[in-house]
Amino acid sequence: MNGATVRITLNGRPFEVEEGCSVAAAVARLGVPFRHSVRGEPRMPLCGMGVCFECRVCIDGVAGQRACMVPVRAGMQVTTDG
Amino acid sequence: MAERYDVLVAGAGPAGLAAAQAAAAQGARVAVLDAQPRAGGQVWRHDIRHAPSSRAARSIRAGLERPIAWMPGTSVVAAEGDALLVQTPNAAQWLRYRSLVIATGARELLLPFPGWTLPGAVGAGGAQALAKQGWPLAGKRVVVAGSGPLLLAAGATLRKHGAIVLAICEQAEAAALRGFAAGLWRWPGKLLQAAQLRLQLAGVPYRAGTVVRRALPGPNGDALRAVEIESPRGPEKLACDRLAVGYGLLPNMELAHLLGCATRSHGAHAAVQVDARQRTSLDRVYAAGEACGIGGVDCARLEGSIAGLAATDTEVPVNLLRQRDHARAFAASVQRTFDLRPPVRALADADTLVCRCEDVTLGMLAGHADFRGAKLATRCGMGACQGRICGAALAELGRFPQAGCRPPLFPARLSTLAHSESNA
Ligand SMILES: Cc1cc2nc3c(=O)[nH]c(=O)nc-3n(C[C@H](O)[C@H](O)[C@H](O)COP(=O)(O)OP(=O)(O)OC[C@H]3O[C@@H](n4cnc5c(N)ncnc54)[C@H](O)[C@@H]3O)c2cc1C
Ligand code: FES
Repeated sequence: MNGATVRITLNGRPFEVEEGCSVAAAVARLGVPFRHSVRGEPRMPLCGMGVCFECRVCIDGVAGQRACMVPVRAGMQVTTDG
Repeated sequence: MAERYDVLVAGAGPAGLAAAQAAAAQGARVAVLDAQPRAGGQVWRHDIRHAPSSRAARSIRAGLERPIAWMPGTSVVAAEGDALLVQTPNAAQWLRYRSLVIATGARELLLPFPGWTLPGAVGAGGAQALAKQGWPLAGKRVVVAGSGPLLLAAGATLRKHGAIVLAICEQAEAAALRGFAAGLWRWPGKLLQAAQLRLQLAGVPYRAGTVVRRALPGPNGDALRAVEIESPRGPEKLACDRLAVGYGLLPNMELAHLLGCATRSHGAHAAVQVDARQRTSLDRVYAAGEACGIGGVDCARLEGSIAGLAATDTEVPVNLLRQRDHARAFAASVQRTFDLRPPVRALADADTLVCRCEDVTLGMLAGHADFRGAKLATRCGMGACQGRICGAALAELGRFPQAGCRPPLFPARLSTLAHSESNA
């Protein structure tokens, strides 16, 4: 690890996160809840490899993206429960 | 205009990388695509904290060496004739091929049990993958559970990332594990790997014949705080922050189904059917690695090399075929050892959610004869994951046989779908 960070916006607030980590890891590191199920239960990523879709978030305006499949990029706008 | 390749490889895990390397060595024009942003597949998944083993680094480099075209973040959306419609991070494109190698690998079998939807419960391989991607684990107390050699690999990775691994709970019974260990001398590499993993997990209890019956929340009800396990010693409660639980692996069949490759049964699931030279039932379509049945990394590499040679009409050395058979024999011994015992299939009760996308319980599926009927009545399998989790779980529980799948394989952008009209 080289300790470099990138700045992303998560639910409207700016944060610094470790370069190279996935969006899923960034959300978890910042302690923001992931998504709620149709019955309103809190959920978190399950498979870590793009299969379960439990980690889906809205990235740069595109909803339903799998956070575990996308590395963070500087300036990225992420919204959970998307 | 569609780009055209002599050999197109779907999947950049050990199998796909070996296939690409073998085909390129014959002078073929080769492209490799993968849905993940980095090459390496599951076993060599990029770790943002820890350098890869020299073997992994070497294999990845060799499998992507130019002039091989490497297409990361690329998913297959549809297929027609000798072309695949793919979605890249910013566009859609048709790729035409003379030969196609399916090297789509495997995923984890995740089975429902009470509490498995609580935040904090993840797959065992899932936890490993998330840890490598930077998921925070330092100081977290983790119980690793389920079945198969992946539990040891996952436990070692979690520990390396700072987790306190409380125990590894393996559903297979001690006698089965002893029999397996006694036969390992036939595969010295595996024996060495097992010994290394045990060393990395020094001090972590490995408990055979043990199943997690239930995950329990803390007082405010919204995160996992303990698990209830059932072992030969009886029921017990273990306080923990995370549960990493997976019941083995099953082949990723979306692409093979889409193309219409013949399949064979792999327990309750399907695997691509291939002959000794990794040829599928379709002309010029080959398959290698765990898509053909769970076999481990060595098997995946050997099959990849064979597929790469066969795909370029090159004679496959007998020696390579023999090594592959030996590696497949190891796979068979793993399957026998870690065969799921009946209690695992009886963990979910009527109130347990089976479909996590649409919140459908097992009880709601009662009375439906097939998955189609159940889907229409309950929306089970109709959510974002399109039955990828619940479909495999229900097949394993013996509820409904696994159904095929239809394009698009993954939720695709509208612009990509528009492309499907215009196969150049
Ligand atoms: C979560 C997980 C963790 C594992 N960890 C270990 C470990 O630590 N040690 C170990 O020895 N074994 C591990 N395994 C077993 C491992 O699967 C094999 O040993 C090895 O990785 C198999 O190689 P492969 O090339 O057949 O498949 P994989 O390595 O699974 O590679 C398949 C590749 O295909 C891609 N793919 C799949 N479908 C598509 C599609 N439709 N479009 C585009 N790309 C696609 C995937 O993204 C993946 O990169 C793990 C398995 C899983 C599921
Ligand atoms: S965690 Fe399963 S798709 Fe991302």
